[in-house]
Amino acid sequence: MKEIVVISGKGGTGKTSITASFAHLGGKDVVVADCDVDAADMHLLLQPDFAKSEDFYSGFIAEIDQDECTQCGICADICRFNAIPVIKTQYRVETLNCEGCGYCPRVCPTDAIRMEEQNVGQWYVSTTRAGNPMVHARLGIGAENSGKLVARVKKEANRIAEETSKDFVLVDGSPGLGCPVISSLSGANFVVLVTEPTVSGLHDLKRVYQLVQKFQIKAGCIINKSDLNPQVCGEIEDFLMKESIVHISNFPYDETFTEAMTMGRTIVEHGNNGLKALLTKSWERVKQITNQGEIRG
Amino acid sequence: MKIAIASGKGGTGKTTLATNLTAYLAEEDEVVLIDLDVEEPNSGLFIKGEFVYKEDKYKMIPEWEQDRCTPCGLCQEVCNFHAIIQLSDQIMLFSELCHSCYACSELCPTSALPMIPQKMGEMKHYRNGNLSFVESRLDIGQEQAVPLIAQTKEYIDTHFSEKMIKFFDAPPGTSCPVIEVTKDVDFVILVTEPTPFGLHDLKLAVDTMRELNRNYGVVVNRHGIGNDDVLEYCQNENIPVLAKIPNDRSIAELYSRGELVYQKVPAVKEQLIKIMDQILELKNGEAK
Repeated sequence: MKEIVVISGKGGTGKTSITASFAHLGGKDVVVADCDVDAADMHLLLQPDFAKSEDFYSGFIAEIDQDECTQCGICADICRFNAIPVIKTQYRVETLNCEGCGYCPRVCPTDAIRMEEQNVGQWYVSTTRAGNPMVHARLGIGAENSGKLVARVKKEANRIAEETSKDFVLVDGSPGLGCPVISSLSGANFVVLVTEPTVSGLHDLKRVYQLVQKFQIKAGCIINKSDLNPQVCGEIEDFLMKESIVHISNFPYDETFTEAMTMGRTIVEHGNNGLKALLTKSWERVKQITNQGEIRG
Repeated sequence: MKIAIASGKGGTGKTTLATNLTAYLAEEDEVVLIDLDVEEPNSGLFIKGEFVYKEDKYKMIPEWEQDRCTPCGLCQEVCNFHAIIQLSDQIMLFSELCHSCYACSELCPTSALPMIPQKMGEMKHYRNGNLSFVESRLDIGQEQAVPLIAQTKEYIDTHFSEKMIKFFDAPPGTSCPVIEVTKDVDFVILVTEPTPFGLHDLKLAVDTMRELNRNYGVVVNRHGIGNDDVLEYCQNENIPVLAKIPNDRSIAELYSRGELVYQKVPAVKEQLIKIMDQILELKNGEAK
């Protein structure tokens, strides 16, 4: 079993539309993991059945029992996150600021503070319209620990793939390069970078690739909307060459992306368009390179 | 006055709006743009200016002093982030997991874990006429954006008067970095696009702003693609639609080259004026 992770650095490059098309092409041989837990959208295209759902608990928030509190103020003094202001003569926890470090209950002389475990989201195990087993999640509003939820989703997807002898786990990652992205890269066999020929696209690609290098994972790149700016597209191609990143394909600027999305389906299901052929070829290439990686060790 | 520009979905045009709006306002007034998308800061690709100031930003992490350590194991026990692991008489620190809460350091009975600064990123300050531009950039491999965002906001609070209009370019999503940017601003502009992804992520962003009790309005970018569901949603939920920026390949092309759009596409400038009129109305309303 091999794990393929699709990320982009910059948002809005077409990452999820492309990943969903790969998932559809892979069908029941591919387990899909939507690890963009902060703004998970892939279910809008793959239409999974949400067969099984489970709450996700992670992290803590301090809670002060006002009956036990003697107003000594030690908790507020040691809190580095300004999370215990005095409101109407009472020490109260400002939940948005509380990091859940658990320092305050350890210094409270009257044991008035408890750490409450937080329900920060749900995760689901589904089957998609194309027959993929799919693991996906929804992070609660303003929740922390998205990296841990990503790890949970990936672990479940890998378990399903092992148990049912699937060839691939296909992971849709989140934008940026912080904790959820770091979490989605851990254990990956191949990374697909989806970019666009804009100054931002190139800038973000370079930064996210530095992160990929830290993990020493083989990478390939799809340049979406490639005809938008031929000059920047050339700069990206030079960058790929220099860094020995596999140049998987260029996709033209094409509103089929939006049309298919509006119909709630993947691009490869949306009639016979030029993109379908490019996506099919790219998916074959991605599978081939991912498997090659193993032979080279 | 502090205004955040946020969005659930990435790539909807936050940076385009932030840079064009501030450059336009700077034609007349002093304005500050702060790029707090510290994982992938892009505003600086569109706003050039004279360099004013640079500062490395640090977070505090514990350092193990072996000769003072007993080793009692309390540090590992108190760390809720699993950033400290004890293996027999050795202490291992995972600084990228540390939230700088000081619990291990201050609870250590032999003071064997003093806190020391570790670089997590850098902040730069530029100036171009009336426009002050500050951007922060997280070092690659650092997991937490929040401390860098918080420190950058402190810099803004101490260096610019409260009266000045400040625009914060937020990261995408709705998790902790977005909360850190938006939790104390006066107004949030949510940028979306009229597609199923745009709508789905807009709803998450709206829920977040309601939870935070913020004033907010929506800007629909690439108006004309997709469908009318976003506009219908805003109408049903009584959410003000501040502007609709048309879908136009020439805008995407200008953006791709790192150019500002509003000087060349009059329809964009019109929408910027509309947005500012509504925000200033709000500001004046507050002054009363």
